[in-house]
Amino acid sequence: MSTLLSVNNLNIEAHTRTGVVQVVKDLSFSIRKGETLGVVGESGCGKTVTALSIMKLLPKETLKISSGNIIFNNKAINNLSDRELENIRGNEISMIFQEPMTSLNPLFTVGEQVAEVVRRHKKVSKERAWNRAIELLDLVKITNPEKKALDYPFQLSGGQRQRVMIAVALACEPKILIADEPTTALDVTIQAEILALINRLKDETGTAVMFITHDMAVVAQMADRVIVLYPGEKVEEGTVHEIFNNPKHEYTKSLLAAVPKLGEMVRRKYPEPMRLIGKGDTRIVKPIIGTDEPILSVKKLVTRYSIRGGLFQRIKAKVHAVEDISFTIMKGKTLSLVGESGCGKSTVGRSLIRLVEPASGEVYLDGQNILDLTVKDVRDARSKIQMVFQDPFASLNPQRPLFDQVAEPLRNYGIFRLEELQKRIGDLFDRVKLPRSFMKRYPHQLSGGQRQRIAIARALALNPKVIIADEPVSALDVSVQAQVLNLMMELQVDLGLSFLFISHDMAVVERVSHDVGVMYLGRLVEIGPRQAIFRNPHHPYTKDLLKAVPIADPSKRNTEREMNFKPLPSPIHDLTHDPKPSEYKKVAKDHYVLTTDCGY
Amino acid sequence: MLTVLLVVIILNFLMLHLAPGDIADTIAATMGGADEKDMIQLRTEYGLDQPFFIQLFQYVIKVAMLDLGNSHFYNMPVFDLIMERLPATLLLVFSAQIVSLSLGILLGVYAAQNPNGLSSLFVNMLSLFGYAAPVFWTGILLLIAFSLYIPIFPVAGMRDVTIESDNFFVHAFDVARHLFLPMITLASIFLAYYSRLCRASMLEVLGADFVRTAKAKGLSQRDILMKHALKNSLSPVITFAGLSFSAVVSGAILVETVYSWPGLGTLAFNSIIARDTPVLLGILIFSTLMVTVGNLLTDMVLRSIDPRIQGSQ
Repeated sequence: MSTLLSVNNLNIEAHTRTGVVQVVKDLSFSIRKGETLGVVGESGCGKTVTALSIMKLLPKETLKISSGNIIFNNKAINNLSDRELENIRGNEISMIFQEPMTSLNPLFTVGEQVAEVVRRHKKVSKERAWNRAIELLDLVKITNPEKKALDYPFQLSGGQRQRVMIAVALACEPKILIADEPTTALDVTIQAEILALINRLKDETGTAVMFITHDMAVVAQMADRVIVLYPGEKVEEGTVHEIFNNPKHEYTKSLLAAVPKLGEMVRRKYPEPMRLIGKGDTRIVKPIIGTDEPILSVKKLVTRYSIRGGLFQRIKAKVHAVEDISFTIMKGKTLSLVGESGCGKSTVGRSLIRLVEPASGEVYLDGQNILDLTVKDVRDARSKIQMVFQDPFASLNPQRPLFDQVAEPLRNYGIFRLEELQKRIGDLFDRVKLPRSFMKRYPHQLSGGQRQRIAIARALALNPKVIIADEPVSALDVSVQAQVLNLMMELQVDLGLSFLFISHDMAVVERVSHDVGVMYLGRLVEIGPRQAIFRNPHHPYTKDLLKAVPIADPSKRNTEREMNFKPLPSPIHDLTHDPKPSEYKKVAKDHYVLTTDCGY
Repeated sequence: MLTVLLVVIILNFLMLHLAPGDIADTIAATMGGADEKDMIQLRTEYGLDQPFFIQLFQYVIKVAMLDLGNSHFYNMPVFDLIMERLPATLLLVFSAQIVSLSLGILLGVYAAQNPNGLSSLFVNMLSLFGYAAPVFWTGILLLIAFSLYIPIFPVAGMRDVTIESDNFFVHAFDVARHLFLPMITLASIFLAYYSRLCRASMLEVLGADFVRTAKAKGLSQRDILMKHALKNSLSPVITFAGLSFSAVVSGAILVETVYSWPGLGTLAFNSIIARDTPVLLGILIFSTLMVTVGNLLTDMVLRSIDPRIQGSQ
């Protein structure tokens, strides 16, 4: 096959206030006609910068190509003027971006935005362009395209917007489609649909795809050939099978080892830490058994948010965020709640420590009903149950040194003596494996993984019995994610902690949990031991969810035919709506499936 | 909107009520004094012996019927007085808003293209001047420059009474000539705010993801700026323009005084000096009305620009 695009000895420099940093070093690769080239690497490895440099979309002041050339269709395009490049952009090479929420202009209809690119590159009438736009929206499987073309981006879901972006990108039948993390911001079922769509369109149109991602599982699903980047350099290149079955470079090996693969825990009853490569990881990996003694039990929990409106801000409707949920967490074990965005899993976590007030239900912690307590007593109860949040950048105060941030819960609960604080916090820093010298630092001086360790240290400060971890590793790179997960599992063994682990990532959940609950539209549709849920799912939603998860194995690929997910119905109901109680069928020991209609 | 108006009317009434003395006293004073019996008769005549809420109700009804009382200084109904002056102020306020908005947006877009260049510096200097210079100072300065030394514009007023023509355009041109300096003076402050705000919001929008998308589509710099970026950066500017409508109205009072522009501003100024309370209260009601209408217009414009704003009432 002939080469369509080749990048030769590309060097890119970032000009910052503190000096010049080389972000891409001597990078060469090529894309052939009709193939998908996967570009993988962790954040900061220069993959997005490389993609932007091909179309000369780098911010002019800060990022500069210092040497190298980019050849497209036997023509060097890195020296072209903006005017000449404009004819290539969107026409012969087009791009889709990570954030479907912000990549479309909010003030123009989606039809206009698709038609615009057609009008720009093909000399056609307004009407022809509009018809072509509708054709394209139909091609990317937007139902009822004539009507949807008149909608504004805010009226579409994230998945639909990404479809529109793909329609824009494919409008002029480009020779190369550059997809920069196109599914990272999407739910797993929508991700599966979009990936299948890109694959189908690639086959139909013969467009070559440069697919950039940090997610090894997605690469396995999409790529024909893969290049692996590690801070700005290409460390390995090969076919997708070579990379996954026979990686050569140490970094590729460690990257693959750090990815939890769905299905790899099927035969193991108890979760166990991941075996990581490199950094002298010689620990003996032992399963985490836990106990059968209940520590936290939740009965018939209901949480609703009010929607107010009108002249007097009366309650007009309610969001049924959590609808009649019951579960029990055992001492030393992990229960995971999985589900897609908007299913109410985070609200469950928040309801348990009354960050939001549940409408009804009971939450027993150590035999005490937290929902019955007065505001003052809840404060005491919260010392036994702590939270770790998703975003380690936003959940630490940027203005205070880390010592104070970890010390704050201790001070809140009456420990003020400096020597005692210093001893306790020193121990906590040791526990989460951060050097004690970090105590004087500020959050901006830490990496994402280190910040999440601080958040864990802060949660541990009061010796809690239960930790609610709300997507604790979703914002982290895979290798860091693996380290943080291992840390959490070690702490579980050492301190006998129980976790309520809230996540959308099925593979991570399979790795860490003893029990799993699957949530859909506020209800728990299925709950049971992890092995049972993953090996023998009963509820149709659980089955679809598992089917949608990309597997980090290029021999197991999803096709579009298998995808048939239903869009999420609205959880907003008027005040007269009286939902049925959740009823379950027992299918095996501790394994229950919802029989009430949940809308799926 | 009606609620705001009603609240202002009630406040008006409270001010009237709380101020020492009442209409009977005023009338008595203009008659040169009255005895106790006449005063009681006057008070019954004007309903001043009624309970508070009945009086309030009657006042609201009166205002609703456009009866704002009599000016004792001009000796004519307040409503007629205001109606006579209102068009002049409306002309000044709206033309100043339009000029400052359109020029401000243009300058803002121009400056945002090159945020560290000379054009940006120029816009920044201009805004600093606009913020800092008091209106009456700018007004007098312009007056001295363009009416006295280079006499292209008339010194004061709104019309040249010496023109004898039936042609509408002759008169329109005459008003425009009179309008120019006061309008520029009033616009200068807001031009500063709007250009500055537009520059900032353009810069923010130019960094947005959808601008990158527009570039990746192969659109030219001009299309990206004037179509994709400008429309998005208008919202904050127009929102602010709506909020500053009241400031423009109060600015107009100063400007009108400097240029003897025969609008509500000069009327207010004279009424304050003459302690003509009914006129002042009438002006208060009308400026409230003007500001609320201005806000309504802003909301309508915003809604037409941004489809995400929907009628939530």
